[in-house]
Amino acid sequence: MTRYVIRRLLLMVPVAFLVTIIVFGLMRMAPGDPVLVYAGEERDPESLEYLRHLYGLDQPLPIQYVVWLEHAVQGDLGRSLRTRQKVGEAIMQRFPATLELGIAALTLSISVALVIGTVSAIKRNSVVDLLATGITLGGVSLPNFFLGLILILVFGLALRLLPPGGYVPLAEDPGGNLRRLILPAITLATASLAVNMRQVRSSMLDVMAQEYIRTARAKGLRERPIITRHAFKNALIPVVTIIGLQIGAIIEGAIITETIFSWPGVGRLVVDSITGLDYPVVQAVVLVSALSFMISTLVVDVLYAWFDPRISYR
Amino acid sequence: MTAASERPAIATAPLPVPTAAPWSAAVVVFLRRNPRILIGGGLVVFLLFVALFAPVLSPYDPIDVEPTRSLQPPSAAHWMGTDDLGRDVLSRVIHGSRISLSVGVISVGIGFLVGVSLGLLAGYVGGVIDLLAMRAIDALLAFPGLVLAISITAALGPQIQNAMIAIGIVAIPVYTRLTRAQVLSVRERDFVLAARTIGVHPIRIVLRHIFPNVSNALVVQATLGTAFAILAEAALSFLGLGARPPTPSWGQDINYSQRYLSNMKWWMSTGPGLAIFMAVFAFNFLGDALRDALDPRLRRSA
Repeated sequence: MTRYVIRRLLLMVPVAFLVTIIVFGLMRMAPGDPVLVYAGEERDPESLEYLRHLYGLDQPLPIQYVVWLEHAVQGDLGRSLRTRQKVGEAIMQRFPATLELGIAALTLSISVALVIGTVSAIKRNSVVDLLATGITLGGVSLPNFFLGLILILVFGLALRLLPPGGYVPLAEDPGGNLRRLILPAITLATASLAVNMRQVRSSMLDVMAQEYIRTARAKGLRERPIITRHAFKNALIPVVTIIGLQIGAIIEGAIITETIFSWPGVGRLVVDSITGLDYPVVQAVVLVSALSFMISTLVVDVLYAWFDPRISYR
Repeated sequence: MTAASERPAIATAPLPVPTAAPWSAAVVVFLRRNPRILIGGGLVVFLLFVALFAPVLSPYDPIDVEPTRSLQPPSAAHWMGTDDLGRDVLSRVIHGSRISLSVGVISVGIGFLVGVSLGLLAGYVGGVIDLLAMRAIDALLAFPGLVLAISITAALGPQIQNAMIAIGIVAIPVYTRLTRAQVLSVRERDFVLAARTIGVHPIRIVLRHIFPNVSNALVVQATLGTAFAILAEAALSFLGLGARPPTPSWGQDINYSQRYLSNMKWWMSTGPGLAIFMAVFAFNFLGDALRDALDPRLRRSA
């Protein structure tokens, strides 16, 4: 097991290296001269030259890359061109909001998926099963920005039940925070609900067809303990995988939802930074989201091998 | 669909006249056994029809500004209402299908061509090429899809062509992995060894003997991939990284409609939103049906 983890970590190194090259390369390809953005109104050629020198932008690209990587490894991701704030700080400042939204959405999505997915697997062709099939088919095809707008229109503007957007910190006004959380959380949860429900249903069906379930039935066990004690735990293994991957992709999910609901998290930060040509910020968010996605994939694989002894640690 | 109704068709149609287009009879039987393909396929054909004949079908010019009829709710003259500039929403939705479908086709084409070639090469040649190709694929997979698409589009410049390229690049790994795994599993099979023994050129082996074994899974993936591409383009355009105004584009039109949301001009978003939903649904539905019909190993436990 330890050897398996070490092997996977070593395999991650060249991939992480490639990832940093891609991130660096993409942002250098981007249109617009960063110095011009940085200088603002200052267009004097001499001071532009000075700035270029100051930020090492007159160096050859490979050297710029090494310098950037050296700083990045030490946690220094540069400064925002617009606010001059340290990028790491800016991300950490926005992260709690993203985390709150992500956790709320994931909890909602998983609990609904577990209930409806399990029931639809046990009671095939029932109303719940039909509902599950409908949600699965529709949910993957519904763009979440459209769903978000509908929710804002119906619950925020027409019925005036909930605020149509915005954010207040949890510590300042817990009630207001939660009221503003509901619509974005539903929007974000729907996107993963279809995938989660399909996974719960199909892995539950797989497990229920196993021989040990038949044995449990044959020895006269009632249906409920069979499902809760024997089937459910094993059916959860593949579900853990996709939950792990969704945790790793938390920033990705937040991009669109945060934009619609004016939720001041990392996702909205990256969208604003792209429109503002603030490349250090974009670069940092992309790097952080790729790394967290890689790490969560690794953790999921390790957990999977640990849960299921049949998987070899090669 | 009952067994009784299709059996006579198989028994009587091809047998008396074996030369009478046996494949078309096979297609009929195939579709009758898989009615979902017919539904999904019908929706896709409908979309293609709308995109192809958009100028004939749309009642108004999609970019024709007419301030006197701005922000009208749906009516007999404007089925989906008009936007703030008086443009007919239905006409914009009809024309928007062209952008969405071309992004679907072109980006899936890019992902398919690059991904499959890389997969065939890595799987068949193996060795260092395989190792390098797969690490590159791992690096692409290290990014969440939408994050990668957004950063590539931002890097190349926010234009619809660049969005197509970005979505295509994001799609590459799926095709490579699918192809490579299949190549590895058939590479040492007897018919490939036989072909190699009699001196068939490697390129011919790959294209004529190995590729056909992957094609079913690839057709399924390409169909589902089109749904993903349409959704991704809508998201990029929604974020302002795709089509530029005044070009009609579903995602971009929804983004634009946001500013009139608080005035309850719901029809500006509803038309394009439903269009995206329908287009993505059509390809997802068709893809699922094709998977169940063509690829029994991937069949969902249902």
